[in-house]
Amino acid sequence: MFSYCTDPSTLSGLTWLSCYLTTGKHIAFYASFGTVMLLLAITAPAALTFGFLGAMAARSHIAPLRWIGKIYTAMVRGIPDIAFFLFVPIALDQGLEYLRHRWKCPDWGEAVRQGNDFVVCAEAKLPLSTAPQWVHEGYGFTLAVLAFAFVFGAFAANVLYGAMQAVPKAQIETAAAYGMTQRQSFWRILVPQMWVYALPGLSNLWQILVKATPLLFLLGIEDIVYWARELGGSKTARFSDYPHGDWRMWYFLGLLVFYLLLTWLSEKGFSRLMTRLSHGQATMAGEAQRKAAA
Amino acid sequence: MKKLLLATALTAISASAAFAAGHGTTIRMGTEGAYPPYNFLNDAGEVDGFERELGDELCARAELTCEWVTNEWDSIIPNLVSGNYDTIIAGMSITDERDEVIDFTQNYTQPDPSAFLAMSDSVDLEGGVIAAQTGTIQASFIASTGATLLEFATPDETIAAVRNGEVDAVLADKGFLEPFDAENADLMFVGDDVLLGGGIGMGIRESDPELKAKFDAAIQSMKDDGTLNALIEKWLPGSATF
Amino acid sequence: MSCTETIQDYALRSIGFGERLLPRSDFTLCEQFVLIGSGLIWNVYFGAFALIFGFFLATAVALGKASPNAALRKPAEWFIFVFRGSPLFIQFFLAYFFFIQLKALSSFFDPFTSAWLGALVVLFLNTSAYAGEIFYGALRSVPKGDLEAADAYGLSGWTKFRRVTWPTMLRLAWPSYTNEAIFLFHATTLVFFAGFPAFQQRGDALYYAQYFADKTFNPFIPYPIVAFYFILLTLSVIAVFGTINRRLNRHLVAVDRPKLRVRPNLLR
Repeated sequence: MFSYCTDPSTLSGLTWLSCYLTTGKHIAFYASFGTVMLLLAITAPAALTFGFLGAMAARSHIAPLRWIGKIYTAMVRGIPDIAFFLFVPIALDQGLEYLRHRWKCPDWGEAVRQGNDFVVCAEAKLPLSTAPQWVHEGYGFTLAVLAFAFVFGAFAANVLYGAMQAVPKAQIETAAAYGMTQRQSFWRILVPQMWVYALPGLSNLWQILVKATPLLFLLGIEDIVYWARELGGSKTARFSDYPHGDWRMWYFLGLLVFYLLLTWLSEKGFSRLMTRLSHGQATMAGEAQRKAAA
Repeated sequence: MKKLLLATALTAISASAAFAAGHGTTIRMGTEGAYPPYNFLNDAGEVDGFERELGDELCARAELTCEWVTNEWDSIIPNLVSGNYDTIIAGMSITDERDEVIDFTQNYTQPDPSAFLAMSDSVDLEGGVIAAQTGTIQASFIASTGATLLEFATPDETIAAVRNGEVDAVLADKGFLEPFDAENADLMFVGDDVLLGGGIGMGIRESDPELKAKFDAAIQSMKDDGTLNALIEKWLPGSATF
Repeated sequence: MSCTETIQDYALRSIGFGERLLPRSDFTLCEQFVLIGSGLIWNVYFGAFALIFGFFLATAVALGKASPNAALRKPAEWFIFVFRGSPLFIQFFLAYFFFIQLKALSSFFDPFTSAWLGALVVLFLNTSAYAGEIFYGALRSVPKGDLEAADAYGLSGWTKFRRVTWPTMLRLAWPSYTNEAIFLFHATTLVFFAGFPAFQQRGDALYYAQYFADKTFNPFIPYPIVAFYFILLTLSVIAVFGTINRRLNRHLVAVDRPKLRVRPNLLR
């Protein structure tokens, strides 16, 4: 990167380090922090949506819908999340390819599952094998996001269901007394009020989500764990201008600090948000704020 | 999971920009990127090594546009079968077991001996603990001997395991171990070399005979004009040539 | 091969008994069930021992964090912050490299790079931090009246702690602690995915499930089997903790007894 980096073997100390830390590989490492943040930014709202739908289903008056909702929310209690992370993307991928296969190649004679092979016609492949590289990458990332959203949606459904139940019944009854329909009272009374009850749980969930991001590595995404391992591994002088021993420990220490900072900052952020949300609410915190102001 | 493509830091590199314009087929080359000198990521984060140079040349001769993709070793065959890339060019030895699942081109290296690398020459190769990469011919070889097999996901970790005393020795392709032996006073080859596999070839889906024919022809032409031998001498000094 | 033979060959495969080579082709449902079940032994081992040892450290950490003495409070706070603030996955990786460094110093640390001890230590510290925070919260919620009553009875120091503060703390913390236990068992599935190598292909339930999924390219059998086993495991954990919960609350009238509500509010 810098002009003096052409022959690193003559450098030492900080100059060497400045060259070392700006190699193309390190830039890819830094960029992968962006991948993690992007995953968080997309997964959080997606999981909240899944969770909202799950909680609505669990409260539904239609029995089968309610069962689905209940099973979905109960599932994450019994089964380790990592099992889902390994299962959902591959199942989703095969499921989509199967559907496309049925649609695009109706005349296909052979069975889709032949022994250990899963065979669909070339037009049904996702993404098409002729697609450019970024499509392949984007598709893999999307499946990862969906897997995360699916698991964390179940957690969020639990939190939101609890929050909906926590809104005082009198509020809903008052709404009914004013002649609101169920739908109206749900959207106008229940939903606006539930957030303050949901926030502690959601903040907890966010922290869990942050701490689950290294599992991206298991989904085959080239994330910070992948690069930390690749960069930290020992390098011989023949294949790298920057030979060094096994430095993985230092790279992982760096990751540790990154995660500690991220969770610490999130905690600060959520406690401020809680203060704002509690304003004017009929909760202990809201009452304390009122008293302090008076 | 592994079905997913393993994203890659690589940019599409056409084997030759002049050629690229002429024809439209893009071939995705799957490699591991962690097995120097065969294939590894260089400081710029691009695939480099013997197979990179070989692959680019083969693509140029077969008039294909090639794009490099990295994938973890343990899922490299399933991902080829499922079409996430079109070839495996990752130091993969031709074996009967693999040949049942995928097709191989003709070999582009001679059967390369595998060797044991250890910290001392007194280690017990018969009854000791030996490291190998998961899913390699070396791992199946050790599993069938009296030695205790400790499997690691990446080649790098197997070397680290020898260094920190986790295992007594590592069994891997001699070409991979050679630089470690040369550059480190504390690591040395021990015992006799073992001949495993039938040389290294490119893995290609069984349903793709046309591509196999193209690469077979390209490899043959490189063998004929001696360019393959030059590459082998450059990257794999000490290995047998054609 | 009949299923009985498979059980003989593979039921204890994860701890090194029986057939040495894993099945390589023509996988049967029975093989998958048996081998994944065999892996579950490790999950139970890691979870149970980390919980038992962690319980004591967690109590100490909670007391440390509640202590007015900064020399005790600060280390406890940092311990909790580091282990709760970072992913368990990263902790496993780091611990593995750390143990390797230690190994160079003394042969005492030799076993620590194996999963059976090294990963157990990490899980033990991790659960201690999570449970420590739970216990600390419970400690602060011990009703003032209980403590005043203890004073009035002339209890003080160790006796007061052992007979009043500690049992009340446990009683209050138990529902959350049950969650922690469940998610600790779930977390044990990470061991063989992060740093610690599988010795002679002896792994946990998920390790074998992934082995099958990679070989058969069919996720719809091994992962549901893992799910099935873990649901059983979770139910057993709830049963055991529920029994203890009833014992902790046996002096209360039925209506006042807190029900165990298992909610996923703790995960790594």
